[in-house]
Amino acid sequence: MSTATETTTTYAPAAEILGTVLAPGAKPPRPSAWSASMTFGWRAMLKIKHVPEQLFDVTAFPLMMTLMFTYLFGGALAGSPTEYLQYLLPGIMVTSVVMITMYTGVEVNKDIEKGVFDRFRTLPIWRPSTMIGYLLGDILRYTMASTVILLVGLVLGFRPQGGLAGAVGGILLLLGFSFAFSWIWTMFGLMLRSEKSVMGISMLVLMPLTFLSNVYVQPATMPGWLQVFVNANPITHLVASVRSLMAGTPDLGELTWVLVASVLLIAVFGTLTMRLYNRK
Amino acid sequence: MPDLAIQTSGLVKVFGDTRAVDGLDLAVPAGAVYGVLGPNGAGKTTAVRMLATLLRPDGGEATVFGHDVVREADAVRSRVSLTGQYASVDEEMTGAENLILLGRLLGHRRPAAKERAAQLLEAFGLTEAAGRQVKTYSGGMRRRIDIAASILNTPELLFLDEPTTGLDPRSRNQVWDIVRIVVAHGTTVLLTTQYLEEADRLANRIAVIDQGKLIAEGTPGELKSSVGAGAVHVRLRDPATRPDAERVLAEALDATVYLDADPVALTARITGNGREAAAAEQASRALARLAETGIVVDDFSLGQPSLDEVFLALTDHPATEEAA
Ligand SMILES: Nc1ncnc2c1ncn2[C@@H]1O[C@H](COP(=O)(O)OP(=O)(O)OP(=O)(O)O)[C@@H](O)[C@H]1O
Ligand SMILES: [Mg+2]
Repeated sequence: MSTATETTTTYAPAAEILGTVLAPGAKPPRPSAWSASMTFGWRAMLKIKHVPEQLFDVTAFPLMMTLMFTYLFGGALAGSPTEYLQYLLPGIMVTSVVMITMYTGVEVNKDIEKGVFDRFRTLPIWRPSTMIGYLLGDILRYTMASTVILLVGLVLGFRPQGGLAGAVGGILLLLGFSFAFSWIWTMFGLMLRSEKSVMGISMLVLMPLTFLSNVYVQPATMPGWLQVFVNANPITHLVASVRSLMAGTPDLGELTWVLVASVLLIAVFGTLTMRLYNRK
Repeated sequence: MPDLAIQTSGLVKVFGDTRAVDGLDLAVPAGAVYGVLGPNGAGKTTAVRMLATLLRPDGGEATVFGHDVVREADAVRSRVSLTGQYASVDEEMTGAENLILLGRLLGHRRPAAKERAAQLLEAFGLTEAAGRQVKTYSGGMRRRIDIAASILNTPELLFLDEPTTGLDPRSRNQVWDIVRIVVAHGTTVLLTTQYLEEADRLANRIAVIDQGKLIAEGTPGELKSSVGAGAVHVRLRDPATRPDAERVLAEALDATVYLDADPVALTARITGNGREAAAAEQASRALARLAETGIVVDDFSLGQPSLDEVFLALTDHPATEEAA
């Protein structure tokens, strides 16, 4: 603090020095959409660097989920935790990562209250790049969470038949879908008034989506009316796709379903997000 | 036309029942400092946000260097930059990171952005603080990093929304000096403020707004002469001499004299014809007359008209914060 006051008291704006920075040099051309998005991605990385505690959520939470459900349901549902893990792990990975996507909305919502958002909006850049920057930072988190779960799974006895390629393929599909799915939260982040309401809505959407799915048990064991919901649930299709990739038997039907859903999510919620962003 | 930086006609912005900006007509000449003066809730921030393409007007038109703020938003964005009322840099990032980020977003390659950031930090006396998170900066340093970020690409028009509110006198003077240097280099500055003194010191022209409407516009001199140049406050040694003092001052200043609650104090409005020098001259003549009459004066001061007095004179109501 003492340095802060010192700098203030000794500073006197000097016309010559300020003059050199004000001299109009050749203005560079505006950055490409790619470069602007990457720059915002860099900002997201810097924020992780300055507040590394936030990575606790994406490492400890998935770890806890995996351990908890493996041992809680393993014996009852599949005879042994190790057997159940073969079924559960892809699903628990999807659940954890999809749950983490809600932090995107919270981050956006925290930022819009701040003046720095206004500065970004007065820059002559490709407008969606600000939002894509958040999502690039989030992809790093999703990757960390997936890796933690895969490693814990391997330690506990998860043995994917698809090998390394299958496991990586499954994770990449999950990252792709999560990127698309996160646009829902950028929209809510811009639309809602407070961080708390963003959290509230997120839980309201995510709880049924992740639990009323094929993550924990086979849908065939559920009552008919519930199967209708479960089979229409995008998470069910995502889990089926990731399982099929990790098992080394890619299910093209499910994969197509997930890819089409991802494109639709971006088209619909990306558009709504940008509309709100421009109107704000 | 080309010598106008900003032109608005009938600009309107409504929030629910509040007409935050209510038919504003402005013509801001290029190359100078234009002051927008108004109390809390007058609509200053709202007006600036519309001009900086952050808010869409609900009515009327606004152009910046001839470009419509709605239809040609990108053309406007490439010419202006905004230092908001509240910090417009990222507090969690360091000063250097903030400037490099903006440099990259303005199209500089990484090495150029780094170099530019270093130059700006140097010019704004922030080199030592470059590696610290902005949230650890003092109020004056924050304002400086904010302004540094705003002139990164030497904008043609710089908006400063209440740049000195909450700063100590020294930091305020630094900001004023920076503004003068920036304008001398050809950037037009539109500055909002609640202080007549600030507008007076910096601005070539001033618009006074209240409840979203323009209530006066002109040079600081024109504005002050319309409200009088200030007030003389006199404290006498002997309360018994007050009636005489009142008569002498009224004659010397040709103005109404008010008797304060304090039995030895009087206040007189002076016109000064809009010039501070003239006001001081009138006041000293009045003081001399008091001495000639044998009235002993203990204390004496010449005050500038406050924003309150400007408002009282220009409208029929004092400048109070509008209840939302
Ligand atoms: N987003 C908003 N929603 C609702 N009302 C708003 C909004 N922004 C501003 N207002 C209202 O519009 C009016 C003008 O506000 P504005 O912030 O432009 O005033 P100002 O002159 O900048 O005041 P200050 O000196 O306090 O910064 C106020 O009555 C304010 O309550
Ligand atoms: Mg304001």
